[in-house]
Amino acid sequence: MIAHRVQRDLARAISAVENGILTGDGALARVRAAAGTNGTLRHADVIGVTGPPGAGKSTLVDRLIEGLRAAGETVAVIAVDPSSPFTRGAVLGDRVRMQRHAGDAGVFIRSMASRQSGGGLAPATRDAVRLAEAAGFDVVLVETVGVGQVELEIVAVADVIVVVTVPALGDSVQTIKAGLTEIADIFVVNMADRPGANATAVDLRHMVRESARDIPVLQTIARDGTGVAELLAAVNIKRAAGEPNAVRAVRFEIVRRARDRAAAAALAVLDSAEGAAVLARLREHDLSRSDAVDALLAILEGAVHAD
Amino acid sequence: MPIKVLVAKPGLDGHDRGAKIVARALRDAGMEVVYTGLHQTPEMIVNAAVQEDVDVVGVSILSGAHMTIFPRIMQLLREREVDDIVVIAGGVIQEDDIPKLRAIGVREVFDAEASTQDLIAGIERVVAEFGRDRARREAARAR
Repeated sequence: MIAHRVQRDLARAISAVENGILTGDGALARVRAAAGTNGTLRHADVIGVTGPPGAGKSTLVDRLIEGLRAAGETVAVIAVDPSSPFTRGAVLGDRVRMQRHAGDAGVFIRSMASRQSGGGLAPATRDAVRLAEAAGFDVVLVETVGVGQVELEIVAVADVIVVVTVPALGDSVQTIKAGLTEIADIFVVNMADRPGANATAVDLRHMVRESARDIPVLQTIARDGTGVAELLAAVNIKRAAGEPNAVRAVRFEIVRRARDRAAAAALAVLDSAEGAAVLARLREHDLSRSDAVDALLAILEGAVHAD
Repeated sequence: MPIKVLVAKPGLDGHDRGAKIVARALRDAGMEVVYTGLHQTPEMIVNAAVQEDVDVVGVSILSGAHMTIFPRIMQLLREREVDDIVVIAGGVIQEDDIPKLRAIGVREVFDAEASTQDLIAGIERVVAEFGRDRARREAARAR
């Protein structure tokens, strides 16, 4: 059980990070003080649940909460929903499926709007996970926005990643093939009472065989709990295996930082006087598009070497 | 930073179309709206409000139970030592009860005739007037 006051302070600390009022470390100090975990190194297992929109992620998370609580573990949930890129508003509806745990002091549920982030999480999600860990929760479940092939930021956050799909999502295996296959520790075909569930599972198993990783493919019906015990067992095996994700999390982090740095360098060139001159010539039809690209790349190369 | 609002629907009436329309309108006004579904008890509402650390809890009631539900919500917020979340009411509420609700700390009461524009303007107003200043709160706690 996590005391009400600690939950309140955790909630406030998450907001402070979300809104740029405290740094992650500043917020962490607050939560540690509130929870009395100063000076102790706490570890929570972080379980990511990701997959396309409408696959039943929230309902499955609700079932996982139930199973983890039955085993005596306290659970924090960070559920991310998309922000509108136009108004920046968001409707955060994941709690609806988890409301039966509302009275349980061993469960903390926090919705987050993805804000400007495009990776399937919110900018403050990773800090929120650390804060929940410091508050004393044993497990943190992170539910991403409904994702396609490229929103893979969960890799940098979770120890175990569950990729959820459903049968008859058209070419559902195709949609999860590119990115999600590489990050999955466990595949779940949810809504397994629907036609095509077995075929989807078989497709996934073929794909897994090619990857040479040990990725169970399970079928669940989250609505009535069918298959959830097996899923929980698979999750616990992955948890017990230590830190299988550390290497890929670091790989992901390095690639992302390199990409961020490259993007920043490119923007700096575009904003520079030299870059602006090229763009002006493009606007005046003095340069073709491809010549403008070449000219800008040449400037960028020069800038990178000058560094 | 966006205003974060919990749209709550207590009681037994099974209509949440209004609440969903409100949630979408607030989103379109740039707010972050937590929606928790039907049949919420005051305990569930307060628990969600605290965990989500919302600026505003908007409770929509059509059933006539407001004089039991709002005092309970205000009491639970006090018990949880949360004094900076603004509570507002909407729905079908008799004229006579409005001063009573205000007296226990409900900051605004919208009747069923209120447009979504009225709601948006009203929420922005109560947040400006009664809402927390998160930056100031954190600065005060640091001292």
